Amino acid sequence: MNTLRMGLGRVGIELKQFFRDKESAVFNFLLPMILLVIFGSVFGGQELGDSGITFSQYFVAGMIASGILYTSFQNLAISIPMEREDGTLKRLQATPMPRAAFFIGKIGMVFVAYVAQVTILIAVGVLFFGIDLPTTSFAIFTFVWVSVLGLIAWTLLGIAYSVVPKQGRGAAALVSPVVLVLQFTSGVFFVFSDLPQWMQNFASLFPLKWLTQAMRSVFLPDTAAAMEVNGSFELGLTALVLVIWIILGAILATVFFRWTPRGKS
Amino acid sequence: MSSAPVITATDVTKRYGDFTALAGVSIHVDTGECLAILGPNGAGKTTLTEILEGYRQRDGGQASVLGVDPNKPTGAWKAKLGIVLQNATDMADLTVSETIKHFARYYPNPADPDQVMAAVGLTEKANSRNGKLSGGQRRRLDVALGIIGNPEVLFLDEPTTGFDPEARREFWVLIDRLKSNGTTILLTTHYLDEAQYLADRVAVIARGRIVAQGAPDSIGNRGDAIVTWTEAGREQAQSTTTPTAFVEELSSRFAGEIPHLAIRRASLEDAYLELIAQDRQTNGGDAA
Repeated sequence: MNTLRMGLGRVGIELKQFFRDKESAVFNFLLPMILLVIFGSVFGGQELGDSGITFSQYFVAGMIASGILYTSFQNLAISIPMEREDGTLKRLQATPMPRAAFFIGKIGMVFVAYVAQVTILIAVGVLFFGIDLPTTSFAIFTFVWVSVLGLIAWTLLGIAYSVVPKQGRGAAALVSPVVLVLQFTSGVFFVFSDLPQWMQNFASLFPLKWLTQAMRSVFLPDTAAAMEVNGSFELGLTALVLVIWIILGAILATVFFRWTPRGKS
Repeated sequence: MSSAPVITATDVTKRYGDFTALAGVSIHVDTGECLAILGPNGAGKTTLTEILEGYRQRDGGQASVLGVDPNKPTGAWKAKLGIVLQNATDMADLTVSETIKHFARYYPNPADPDQVMAAVGLTEKANSRNGKLSGGQRRRLDVALGIIGNPEVLFLDEPTTGFDPEARREFWVLIDRLKSNGTTILLTTHYLDEAQYLADRVAVIARGRIVAQGAPDSIGNRGDAIVTWTEAGREQAQSTTTPTAFVEELSSRFAGEIPHLAIRRASLEDAYLELIAQDRQTNGGDAA
């Protein structure tokens, strides 16, 4: 009970820091909006083949899936090394705060930031690029569970990956290439079925490809399933892949997470 | 006056690879007492402090803080400790007031955040971002976070590094007030005047060993007097336990007045520098 109360207190503190830090606010929160405006303005009206689907409609699904990655993985994998370096984690360790409260704070921050981000992304898409919103309750249900599983998986992976940057400074340089490579290979910036086979196979190992595909099932008409590589949005398989990554992420985070910088015992 | 020790360390050792950081250190701090640990950089001050705070595991020896082994920390134990870290720059985007109020939530019996903010002199800065504070203000925030939980033991690791003289005086008054409320304090510092002002006892550490321990006025050769004068165009100095006899003998060498004669008690700094120099001489062979 106490842990939960302190954890919720940390959500507020984490959010204040997330939004007040300009770099974090731009890089983790505003970036998908900026990309949607740029890509939507350049390619937005183009139709994908003769499917009747605009690039904007396709792209917004990829941007929402990317938003999961930005607010959880990229955010945590950059901010935790900084907190390890500047003394935040050391200070918290000395307080009676249960360690679980720290992770509750991080998870809560990620969820709130994502909800705010998706809301703005959709608003921008609807207002400027004529995005159609899902209407069926099935699509909305899919949107919710895909978001939740995706956030949990990428939050755990972000916590685990936070041990890779040795220093807070320069952490972004070790994190954003991972994000960019996954985005390019997972059908965020390009239509996934147009990518070379090996690239598709590579991306299928990681959760982002499945998130973008599932988000397309939410934002594209049912007929668009025919454009997918296997002729289906593969929602069942998506759930399975995400659950496997959650288990893997939990193991990696538990084994590798550290409170102190490397080289100090 | 002395009661059961709140902090004890007995023969504590710590190695980092081939480097021996602590080679069997024993100290104790009694209830309500302030012990200052003095020593050159790399002598083991921070290692010892962090072992007692529960941050580092010792390799050997015994340690106890409030009856608990710091290697096995519990939440209830941490609630009774206050730790003021060296060079913290965290939480730059929060305000002073947000930070202090938030940390109060972690403790079972916290002090009133507004009172703590006033005690450390940051009331006017309540709504400033932590990242905008001056060095001295930032350290006072660290102290505020160290005392917000009403700790029984306070660890201060080089708390006034980078302070201007006035800020240091104000800081001492603040710590003195905590001491008079019965808080037990373990202080590490480079400033001998700080130890003289705040500490009931000092322990001098060099190369991972305690080389002297006692009241600031009795440590090393503080009973000595230091006589200085000018002779052969140079300032001369002599440390002596019999200054009267020494000056008498000295005056016989001069026709009249002894040029620039001064006699003073050895300061803590004199005693400290002598102890460190002695340690260098006796252990100089294994110098890094």
